[in-house]
Amino acid sequence: MPEWWTYRLEDFLLFSPRVYWRMFELHNAAVWPLQIPALALGAIILVWIVRPRQWPDLGSDRLVSIILAAAWVWVAWSFLWNRYATINWAATYVAPAFVLQALLLLWIGSLRGRLHFAADRTVRGVVGLALFLYSLVLHPLVAPLVAPLAGRPIQAAEVFGIAPDPTAIATLGLLSIGAGGAIAWLLLAIPLAWCVVSWATLHAMGASESWIPLTAAGLAVLSRLWPRIGSGALR
Amino acid sequence: MTTTRRTILQAVLATAAAAILPPPLKGAAQGRPPATKPIPSTGEALPVVGLGSWITFNVGDDPVLRDECAAVMAAFFDAGGRIIDSSPMYGSSQDVIGYGLEKLGRPSRLFSAEKVWTSSGDNGPAQIEESRRFWGVPRFDLLQVHNLVAWEEHLKTLFEMKAAGQLRYVGITTSEGRRHDLFEEIMRTQPLDFVQITYNVVDREVEDRILPLARDRGMGVIVNRPFQQGVLTQRLEGEPLPEWATEIGASTWAQFILKFIVSHPAVTVAIPATTRVDHVRENLAAATGPMPDEATRRRMAAYVQDL
Repeated sequence: MPEWWTYRLEDFLLFSPRVYWRMFELHNAAVWPLQIPALALGAIILVWIVRPRQWPDLGSDRLVSIILAAAWVWVAWSFLWNRYATINWAATYVAPAFVLQALLLLWIGSLRGRLHFAADRTVRGVVGLALFLYSLVLHPLVAPLVAPLAGRPIQAAEVFGIAPDPTAIATLGLLSIGAGGAIAWLLLAIPLAWCVVSWATLHAMGASESWIPLTAAGLAVLSRLWPRIGSGALR
Repeated sequence: MTTTRRTILQAVLATAAAAILPPPLKGAAQGRPPATKPIPSTGEALPVVGLGSWITFNVGDDPVLRDECAAVMAAFFDAGGRIIDSSPMYGSSQDVIGYGLEKLGRPSRLFSAEKVWTSSGDNGPAQIEESRRFWGVPRFDLLQVHNLVAWEEHLKTLFEMKAAGQLRYVGITTSEGRRHDLFEEIMRTQPLDFVQITYNVVDREVEDRILPLARDRGMGVIVNRPFQQGVLTQRLEGEPLPEWATEIGASTWAQFILKFIVSHPAVTVAIPATTRVDHVRENLAAATGPMPDEATRRRMAAYVQDL
């Protein structure tokens, strides 16, 4: 890009905040009532990371990876490709990255069984659980909580498995709990990148909640680095 | 019966807009036609205020917002506007313009201004054809090379289209002062009909070289971002208009700024973008009534600078 240093973050924003927030209302209405099974699957994941299960042929770890992968594919197709791309052509380039994330989760978590989602009292375990709980329960409430200021109703709630931000934050949380070594960074790359993109978008729109995806990304990275600079356990 | 349907539709949209919005301003909305300027290369008259679509018309498939955009377009044509400008870069804006034009019965006064924006010259014709289908027009009046991207290849395509009668005017664009050296070089060497640049009462760099060059070369000038995407009007919102603004028929800051821009002898048309019917009326009203002379223009710039 010529003279790239002359561009501000706002110069890359193609739409108004009103259009952006109404997009979630329209999307929720279009996919309703899928929000209910999406949240139910999130609740099942929560149960399994607190009490992992092992059946004769299958463990809950592999099922969590499958659910997460399904969420990434669904968000890529239904939200990024079919919805967000109508106002932001760049979303068509992001959607394949979301599919790639799903494939990585399937390959590493479901087929190779390298992810173990058991929340413990280590820093990573606590941060991971907090991020996942936030994405499942609190993030959908951000829209109605700021509604008096921004005029956004509950119908614009961003739900895990339906919208990209809570899906990415939930994945960061689960990977904080369940992934180790170099594989963790491989799996964290796309969710982290999305959180940065989302922060940039929200910040350019002047949205007060822009700090949320950035903070989630920061917590995921810090908790990942924590064992290298001190004890990994809280107890 | 197309004319009847179009007339009824325009009347319905205008009535709906009038029911929910403040009363129209003096000027264009009261039936006074907007001032026009001739396109230098042909003498064709263009109203000096047009309609941009950057951000404002990128509403995706939101049915409520698409209808709001159509209402803006209805008010624009109703007030005597002609030129609407868009780009493949603007998300769904082209599609939304096409929706509005269809809904309004394809107003014959439309002057369609589009851009080609792709890094490959080979992809230019396909992109132009896709844009044309979005608009639903038989051909574009004006095609511009957006931000000088692959300008040599695209200009070759555009001049060939013009020679073949598939296009009426050719231009280039930039914004916010970028690549002005190359911009000038192209202006000196290519037989352009239009150039599009950023110009307003505080962004005046183009006064030094580009605007004089456009006059010398007989090129029309389209001015984008007249309000700095709303930043300028928001900054001036709390400031008082000078008393002498009434002498030039400006009752709002937006009109003050637009009158400053379009009264420059080299400027053909300014293209403010808006999502509001009252604002589009306000903008078109700025194209009516007295215009500032050179001394008043200097006074306008100094007044804003001192705020």
